[in-house]
Amino acid sequence: MPIIDLANPTRFLNLVSRAMPWLIATTIVLFAIGLFRAMNAPDDYQQGATVKIMFLHVPAAWLGMLGWAVMAIAALGTLVWRHPLADVAGKAAAPIGAAFTFICLVTGSLWGRPTWGTYWVWDARLTSMLVLFLLYLGVLALYWTAEEPGRGARTAAILALVGAVNLPIIKFSVDWWNTLHQPASVFRIDGSTIDPSILMPLLIMALAFTLLFVTLHLAVMRNEILRRRVRSMRLLQAQEAHA
Amino acid sequence: MSSLISLLVRDVRLAFRVGGGAFMGALFFLIVVTMMPFAVGPDLVLLARIGPAILWLGALLASLLALDRLFATDHEDGSLDLLMMGGMPLELAVAIKGIAHWLTTALPLVLIAPLLGMMLNVDLRALGWLTLTLAAGTPALTFIGLIGAALSVALRRGGLLLAVLVLPLTVPVLIFGVAAANAAITGPAPLGPAFTILCALSLASLVLGPVAAAAALRHGLE
Repeated sequence: MPIIDLANPTRFLNLVSRAMPWLIATTIVLFAIGLFRAMNAPDDYQQGATVKIMFLHVPAAWLGMLGWAVMAIAALGTLVWRHPLADVAGKAAAPIGAAFTFICLVTGSLWGRPTWGTYWVWDARLTSMLVLFLLYLGVLALYWTAEEPGRGARTAAILALVGAVNLPIIKFSVDWWNTLHQPASVFRIDGSTIDPSILMPLLIMALAFTLLFVTLHLAVMRNEILRRRVRSMRLLQAQEAHA
Repeated sequence: MSSLISLLVRDVRLAFRVGGGAFMGALFFLIVVTMMPFAVGPDLVLLARIGPAILWLGALLASLLALDRLFATDHEDGSLDLLMMGGMPLELAVAIKGIAHWLTTALPLVLIAPLLGMMLNVDLRALGWLTLTLAAGTPALTFIGLIGAALSVALRRGGLLLAVLVLPLTVPVLIFGVAAANAAITGPAPLGPAFTILCALSLASLVLGPVAAAAALRHGLE
């Protein structure tokens, strides 16, 4: 089906309501398998059981970044093609991406306490995730202050694109900044190759999280379309009552 | 070309006249830097060590101060609509407004920076280099701020929203600005890779800022 067919919100809503039960069921099954295998994964010889936080932390970080990518692609759709569903998609992705980034920061900080002895270190990765979270909050603030949904969507789309250009620069500069202050960081775990007994559950969890993102995203898009319909019906009603 | 120059002259003139607030940023900068020793203590050794950071943070906050007026006043009196409908490409007009804003708010900051650096016990020989890093980095702050100003003028709520949008984007400028200033004070060669990257950030935002800001104005005010 070409993407232009999805431009009709009613057709999109039909498709979503047909796909939703399957998506929810697959997500639950994948989470059940992933969590079971994660719980049975061997403990790390140094970190013990705390390494299990990774199964939540890493996929959350992944999806926090995916959320911005979805927003940037939707922004192109809004600005270039004026696709009516693109601004709905962009608006729906922002709070979900922010939530996953927040989960990543919280689990990272909880993991940091037993491993590094402190809840927060100005490690390069943590810091760039924090800046990503701040950028998400900026986009959300933009949506909150917009009085008219269409205008808010176009303004947020430009911010999403500017952010997409800027995020690699921020990432690079934070890495540079951190190595300047903290040579030979001892916190890195990514140098070691991950054992398959841990890698498999991690991949399953990542897939489960991705499906969760897709499910939530479609559900939020559906709600947003319905909310806009309610809004325009109310406006119409008020107009008729006035006339 | 002459219309570009007359726009530049108009904006600079407006900034210096009553209510323009050209020196307000410099005054704010002076006050922020004066408050800092009250917070961290009068220890001159410590102040010398964190001096570049204080100056850069002060300049960042001071350059935010006047940003929300950049398009808002023109939007209120209708001259922004004239600019958008006129023959001049909006990107160029926005770039000229950004340059005028840099000349009237950021340049005074750069000019008083040596004085404030002396107050913070920064090494006298490095003061010139420190000022040069500010001169090289503040255009990036202005032109990133330009995007935020254009985004918030369409929503009619400037101020706080603007700071929330702009500050995370200025992280790289702050990092390389302070790094270049520290390299100028302690390093063997005064201008290292940090300074080069700082210049690159300024040049890149000089190009990208007006394009994004013009797009924001077009989409926001239609």
